[in-house]
Amino acid sequence: MSALSTGATVTAGAGAKANMDDDLLRRYSRHIMLEEIGEDGQERIRRARVLIVGAGGLASPIALYLAAAGIGEITVCDDDEVDLTNLQRQILYGEGDIGKAKTAAAAAAMRRVNPNVEVRAVGERLGEENAATLIGAADIVADASDNYPTRHLVNRIARKAGKPLVFGAAMAMEGQMTVFDGRRAESPCYHCLFSESDYAEETRCALMGVFAPLVGIVGAMQAAATLRIAATPDAPTLAGRLLLLDARDMRVREVRLNKDAECPVCN
Amino acid sequence: MKIRLLYFARLREQLGAEGETLSLSPATVGDAVTVADVLTALRARGGIWAETLAEDRALAFAVGQTFADKNATVNEGEEVAIFPPVTGG
Repeated sequence: MSALSTGATVTAGAGAKANMDDDLLRRYSRHIMLEEIGEDGQERIRRARVLIVGAGGLASPIALYLAAAGIGEITVCDDDEVDLTNLQRQILYGEGDIGKAKTAAAAAAMRRVNPNVEVRAVGERLGEENAATLIGAADIVADASDNYPTRHLVNRIARKAGKPLVFGAAMAMEGQMTVFDGRRAESPCYHCLFSESDYAEETRCALMGVFAPLVGIVGAMQAAATLRIAATPDAPTLAGRLLLLDARDMRVREVRLNKDAECPVCN
Repeated sequence: MKIRLLYFARLREQLGAEGETLSLSPATVGDAVTVADVLTALRARGGIWAETLAEDRALAFAVGQTFADKNATVNEGEEVAIFPPVTGG
């Protein structure tokens, strides 16, 4: 675990939180007044632990919204550094962050938004050696990574650990978003959709480009799905429905997903 | 028979189209068409079609907005979406 993972001043660990004081009740009042969240839901949000895999364009709105909304513990995992070409869309970072570890800069940005949140910066790439530990320590996993093998790794380990996986991806003008709900045996997984052994032509932002607010739209939807699961764990999710987003004309197509009866990952 | 095809993400860029109406001759496909038949017809165009829709490529299909495998039946007038994994973040 990274040495950068210092806790915030007010928190005493995600599992052992005192009830909200007046300041916190005020801070979260606009959520508490929602029928869909309420004080109980906000308490569940405050106790939730979320792992964000990746610290780029999708992770930016995810991290900022989760921090602002008071998720108890947020871990961000990435081994990259902030580059000038990131700043067009990765709104976690500013010019002063260029050259810094993304996770350290992301942690600082989240603490600035909400010092009540415990933030952990893991400056490593998610791989076979750390995935089980990181995913096992989270209640919800948000996949904001940028490549096919990592997405399959996250899917495999999250499914094995029975964790809900909030999936988002974006490139050029189009995005994909869904929830693969590892808590529920009937929920399809990423491997049901795309086989790990098939050849996926990796298209990178550096080659294809990416429309700045597209990652914002998809990432904000991932934040929304994550907060819904945290606040109301039993509520229906996007599981079983894949959204195909086109930022050209703002069309969203919904594809009903089926579990693959022969999927080696989720059966 | 006529089928409406939709291409997404990388496919749309590479094929240079967001979709098309594909006409399949009953003489070659019979009455029942599968997703695999549609792919075979598209690959027969050669070039980028054969390459980007090759057998080993990660691709997903939806017939009438429901996820479908290659053996799924496609009926006259139905819509088939072909989409690759988007992996960026």
